[in-house]
Amino acid sequence: MSAPTDGQLGTAAAVRLVAGREISTRLRTKAFIWTTALFVAAVVLGGVLLHAIGGQDDDGVPVAFTPSATAAIPAFEATATGLGATVQTSELDPAAGEQALTDGDVDVLVTSVDPMLSVTVDSAVPQQLQPVLAAFAQQLALASAVTDLGGDPADVAEQVATAAPEVTALDPEPARDGGQIVAGYLAGILLFISLMTAGQLVAQGVVEEKSSRVVELLLATLRPAQLMAGKVLGIGVVGLIQVGLVVGSGAATASVLGLLDSSALDLGTTALWALAWFVVGFATYALVLGALGALVSRQEDVGSVIGPVTTLMIIPYVIGVSILPWDPTNALATWLSYVPFCAPMLMPIRIALGAATTAEALLALAISLAIIPALVWLAGRIYAGAVLHSGGRMKIRDALRGT
Amino acid sequence: MPALSIDSLSKAYGSVQALRDMSFDVNAGEIFGFVGSNGAGKSTTMRIVLGVLATDAGEVRWDGRPLDLHVRRRIGYMPEERGLYPRMKVGEHLVYLGRLHGLDRAAARTAMEHWTQVLGIEARRDDEVLKLSLGNQQRVQLAAALVHGPEILVLDEPFSGLDPVAVDVMSQVLRDQARAGVPVMFSSHQLELVERLCDRVGIVRAGSMVAIGGIDELRQTPQRRWFVDGAPPDAWLGHVPAARLVSSDAVSSGAAGSVVEVADPSLTTVDQELLAAALAAGPVREFARVRPSLTELYRGVVSSDVSTTETPSASTSTTSTSATNEVSA
Repeated sequence: MSAPTDGQLGTAAAVRLVAGREISTRLRTKAFIWTTALFVAAVVLGGVLLHAIGGQDDDGVPVAFTPSATAAIPAFEATATGLGATVQTSELDPAAGEQALTDGDVDVLVTSVDPMLSVTVDSAVPQQLQPVLAAFAQQLALASAVTDLGGDPADVAEQVATAAPEVTALDPEPARDGGQIVAGYLAGILLFISLMTAGQLVAQGVVEEKSSRVVELLLATLRPAQLMAGKVLGIGVVGLIQVGLVVGSGAATASVLGLLDSSALDLGTTALWALAWFVVGFATYALVLGALGALVSRQEDVGSVIGPVTTLMIIPYVIGVSILPWDPTNALATWLSYVPFCAPMLMPIRIALGAATTAEALLALAISLAIIPALVWLAGRIYAGAVLHSGGRMKIRDALRGT
Repeated sequence: MPALSIDSLSKAYGSVQALRDMSFDVNAGEIFGFVGSNGAGKSTTMRIVLGVLATDAGEVRWDGRPLDLHVRRRIGYMPEERGLYPRMKVGEHLVYLGRLHGLDRAAARTAMEHWTQVLGIEARRDDEVLKLSLGNQQRVQLAAALVHGPEILVLDEPFSGLDPVAVDVMSQVLRDQARAGVPVMFSSHQLELVERLCDRVGIVRAGSMVAIGGIDELRQTPQRRWFVDGAPPDAWLGHVPAARLVSSDAVSSGAAGSVVEVADPSLTTVDQELLAAALAAGPVREFARVRPSLTELYRGVVSSDVSTTETPSASTSTTSTSATNEVSA
């Protein structure tokens, strides 16, 4: 073909036009608007819910003290903290305290600390407070005995509080970080769903042009490669916008609500890697699914022709979300996270879990990018050979032969 | 004057030979009608012209040069299988196609507005294509072929499924395009329309061009026929030995009469002899040359056996129901 001489459409302009049509028509579809809204709502609501549940725990078990016992509040709180329990203390007179117990506003009412601990409960002592109350009672008894022996109870209490065993672990268990686990899950689920959806959109888009026959009109002015590139690019941008909105709203929710204050999760890095892996994974799967879609002429046949690939997509996903969060260094999942087609779903989970170094992530990215030129060549040939074929399903071999 | 040359195209689909040595030219400013039965190779030829199908042999040239993608972008094409995005709005769709053919946004928009106006679908610009009736979708399809101001028009069955008003609109558009110097090539099974509209006609059978020429040229057959409304032929036909009776109860323009035929084209004054003989036998109310219609030519060509003569010979195989013959004075 000769070079453009008279201001006619070059390849870049043609691809841009095709991609622009895909973007502008798809962004306006109800399907896009609703799925994006639902995704964003789910992520934001999930964050809020998590915050609400976490917030309740932070408040701690409500424990009230009668005026005669309030002097022991600091010591009680120290004991509770030492045993890993959170309590919320308040002061109530005995009558109001019992009423609060009946109403369920407080769980425990401390009525006396001298000479020994006396508490009133509605029906039973809450489970998490039992060790606290037992320890506190022992502490009070000890203080009383120390005083009787002429010692300083505060001195003894301090020594007791700072005493701790020195532990040597032969095989220390790594610290589990809740924030990282949740992020790993979300990364895996989001990438699986978005790659699956966007990949299927490409296959359906190819078949839409075949079944409506508009492809013949288009190919009278475009080369097959330009049409396919524009379609993949356009749907990719739409998918990236969707993933970006979901990831962005999730990250914003998490940082506004302070969900990750106590987590080692690097939110920004994890979010950017998720977007990068969407781009690479989409390029990989869109080329394959677009070429396969070209083999059939009716929307009803899309599912069966892309079925083998979409089924294979489930494998890295299942491995990713069922093994990695519990075993971030699992050998199988680690190896698969370097394999193209698997990497886009496994590597983001490892990154979120903090189980992959930047170098490892970049290596996996390089491997996945390296096969894309081969996929472009193969998919382009299958597409060009099959896209004008109408009727039944075409064999890949015939499409490659260009008949 | 530039011409679209279809030169010796051959195409096989597996064991089926769709085209064999298909050759013809369409000149600038000419409306060329492409007729032939289903499967004769019309659509295959057009698809090869547009480059959506590769030819096995031969080539297509415009102005003496082989057609490349850049010339093809200047063709207006209406595929046999209508194709538009069903969920795209008519106006946006046409603008998009205009831009794919190299127009900028403003020019594409102006062209869209012009053609939707001309084709009477300006009120439907903001409707999705699938909301339109089939006839209106057809108008959009024609607008899609015209929106980029094509230098060549290749239209596969542009008239199928159109109401009479739309046929008139479409015909006028094709005439205007031809007048502007565009070579217009279209296929149709509506032969009266082809006869009325086309400067030249090509009849294809089994992948080859079997008859091509101007309508009048094609209708020039060696056998000449006349319609005579006068005395019964028994009374006078014997005086002209070269003539034979084809039908004694033909109808033309509401008048009943006979059709006689002279097979020898060298008898240049035989029409005067026939008229004189008929007048001698009684009053003659009508005496007219009968030329075969395109429909008859077509029937003759497509029904004759592949191995027989490839020249148009309408009268040999058509039944002599001259009631359907067109009479020209």
